[in-house]
Amino acid sequence: MLRKKTDLDRMRDELRDLYKKETARILVCAGTGCVANGSLQVFKALQDELEKHGVFITLELLAGEKKPGVTAVKSGCHGFCEMGPLVRLEPSGVLYIKVKPEDAPEIVEALVSGGPPVERLLYHHPVTGEVFAEEEAIPFYKNQQRNALANCGSIDPEEIREYIARDGYQALAKVLTELKPEDVCREITASGLRGRGGGGFPTGLKWDLTRKAKSDKKYVICNGDEGDPGAFMDRSVMEGDPHKILEGMAIAGYAVGADEGYIYVRAEYPLAVERLKKAVQAAEDYGLLGKNILGSGFDFQIKIKEGAGAFVCGEETALIASIEGKRGMPRPKPPFPSDSGLWGKPTLINNVETFANIPRIITNGAAWFRKAGTEKSPGTKTFALTGQVVNTGLIEVPMGVTVREVVYGIGGGIRGGKKFKAVQIGGPSGGCLTEEHLDLPLDFDSLLSAGAMVGSGGLVVMDEDTCMVEVARFFMGFTQNESCGKCVPCREGTKRMLEILQRAVDGEGRVEDLEVLEELALAVKDGSLCGLGKTAPNPVLTMLQYFRDEYLAHIAEKRCPAGVCQALAAYAVIAEKCKGCGRCKKVCPVEAISGEVRKPFTIDPEKCIKCGACVDVCAFKAIARGGK
Amino acid sequence: MGEVMQLKTGSEGIGVAGRRFTKVNEIIERHGRTPSALIPILQEVQEEYRYLPEEILTYIAVAMGLNPANVYGVATFYSQFSLAPKGKYVIRICDGTACHVRGSEKIKTALWEKLGLSDERKTTDDLRFTVETVSCLGACGLAPVVMINDRVYGQVTPEGINEIIDQIIAEEEGEKNAPEEN
Ligand SMILES: Cc1cc2nc3c(=O)[nH]c(=O)nc-3n(C[C@H](O)[C@H](O)[C@H](O)COP(=O)(O)O)c2cc1C
Ligand code: FES
Repeated sequence: MLRKKTDLDRMRDELRDLYKKETARILVCAGTGCVANGSLQVFKALQDELEKHGVFITLELLAGEKKPGVTAVKSGCHGFCEMGPLVRLEPSGVLYIKVKPEDAPEIVEALVSGGPPVERLLYHHPVTGEVFAEEEAIPFYKNQQRNALANCGSIDPEEIREYIARDGYQALAKVLTELKPEDVCREITASGLRGRGGGGFPTGLKWDLTRKAKSDKKYVICNGDEGDPGAFMDRSVMEGDPHKILEGMAIAGYAVGADEGYIYVRAEYPLAVERLKKAVQAAEDYGLLGKNILGSGFDFQIKIKEGAGAFVCGEETALIASIEGKRGMPRPKPPFPSDSGLWGKPTLINNVETFANIPRIITNGAAWFRKAGTEKSPGTKTFALTGQVVNTGLIEVPMGVTVREVVYGIGGGIRGGKKFKAVQIGGPSGGCLTEEHLDLPLDFDSLLSAGAMVGSGGLVVMDEDTCMVEVARFFMGFTQNESCGKCVPCREGTKRMLEILQRAVDGEGRVEDLEVLEELALAVKDGSLCGLGKTAPNPVLTMLQYFRDEYLAHIAEKRCPAGVCQALAAYAVIAEKCKGCGRCKKVCPVEAISGEVRKPFTIDPEKCIKCGACVDVCAFKAIARGGK
Repeated sequence: MGEVMQLKTGSEGIGVAGRRFTKVNEIIERHGRTPSALIPILQEVQEEYRYLPEEILTYIAVAMGLNPANVYGVATFYSQFSLAPKGKYVIRICDGTACHVRGSEKIKTALWEKLGLSDERKTTDDLRFTVETVSCLGACGLAPVVMINDRVYGQVTPEGINEIIDQIIAEEEGEKNAPEEN
């Protein structure tokens, strides 16, 4: 039990001394992605191997034994999920990718003997073939700046002592011993931190409003609902560095005068729930949460609430209703949660990543935070980079870097040498950006001006084979399904919009639909009660703005230029590419394909049922779907 | 309390129903009867029975002093809750953006075809498999992603998912034919 700040300091120093006896450390990623790829078996194999060599050591053993050794730790997500299971060595910084349990002997042998790393397990550049031994040198990581994610992948999230050894809870100790609540709010305001949950509301201002609200009871809520499909930043922080969130929340509690906090986590994130629960327990055991924290007289406890699968619960008033045990429906604002939130009491609600930024701002100061990012959007931001890019994963970059730097610099460009078409930012509330936006800076205001938004930070890259009309339909289907049904514009408007888009995709679009669609989009945007409806038309509006021709091709010419929409597909053999092998003829279920071996085949459009089987078997990509 | 039980269990044998409600009672006791405990209680009850039988919803309402319509409203609002029985293996196909652009649709079609399911028919008659789509399982780096019960499978292909299902069926059959243990 730590009773005062000096106890915490002493513990940190002792732990650091202990860790000095660690000759090396093996970090195995135990994030959801790597676990799915079998990283737990890899961990076990590595541990066994270390034992065989007689060098395996744990934190407990470090304390008892004189002799140094190698520790093995399950860490949070490194972000490079596609290359998993990932194994990182420290202090050398070597990163092994796609590791299998069978690789353990070789890895440990190389480590223990001090020989060169196992080359076949290192990252090879897909184009240049260059081999990278160190994680930080790999292009995917080199252009990043990890701050909120700093500990993700380099500490054991289930071991509070690792967090403490890295100055964990020092920021909390600092505010409790040196700062008044108004000073804390002032520092956060000075940092210019804006909410990472999508809206970009100034965090310091929100804190100060909640602080000034008069009440006998206040709450702090951490929004871990992360409902945007294609986004997993918050999940990775909750799983990879849970104590940082707890520390950020406790600091917030002190600043606004709350003694109770809730973390609302999506139902789909069982591992995050488990890690957070463990972290809360550990923090209570050490006296870093609970009553009279570090002898300061400040009490703060945190409870974990699991969501139950409703996207709209990410909206703050709906989330509050859900914690209260009701249907998660938004209500009109004002009153804002800072005046009347959970059970009618003043409530501060921030996103996971917002809280994760707090401890470092307190420790290093507002000016330090402002060094990264832009004037109006300071700091770094995490993004989930997915879709048709070479390197997918979780990244963190200074705000204001360009789309190009992310897609090409970090993402390594488009897969399979295809052409870039668009990038979708901000999920169902955001929009798509095109080639002309590649040099647009990624910050709150620039994105809004282009019709998209940072949202929670999902970045889905799309190549030339993506149909933007189908993508717009996809998002509309999502929001329509998730609309809670409380207000009419959102409930009915999204349904009508979806019908129109579905018609276009099904080849039944009408030219007059265009006008109705635009009108509806604006009506839903203006008339809806909460952010869900207000932003739901964004993907459609950006599609109409940047890919109008593609939509027109669907409704006027009944043609899908990308060749995605089955109903509009017109299959044809590209004579120059066809080698006349005849495989397509064999798979065609309706005998629509004919031709002579070694000469270009032809498809009879009358017989063709557009099943696409021929495209899948053609080794020469000689069948076009778009009727090009 | 006994009266409520008899009232709501309908044709079910009291013995079975009694046992059913003992478990529910335990769950309610553990969470307490405050309204904010409703969702966690429903979650645990669903974990126990794999769905929320209607008579249990009514029972929970009475036990917690809530309006049954209220409880029903909550249970139908959240997509996690199911009022119809689900299969032993719940297969959740991610149709989040990242998975969608990497071909989740094809996985769904393959699974539907294999198990004879559709958008309307989500569970097989033998209550072995349920196929649902969800938006984002948070493993987008591995798209397309499928989750079967608690296990996440990444970079799934239509052939791959069929193999996984075959494996599950083989295991199930093996279990059925194996001599009883204990
Ligand atoms: C439909 C909808 C969904 C939302 N989903 C989330 C979410 O998943 N996570 C989140 O942090 N904020 C979400 N928000 C924003 C929250 O309402 C709220 O603004 C945010 O949690 C405030 O935290 P911040 O100031 O730290 O960004 C959503 C808003 C809307 C309208
Ligand atoms: S979109 Fe499928 S896991 Fe995120």
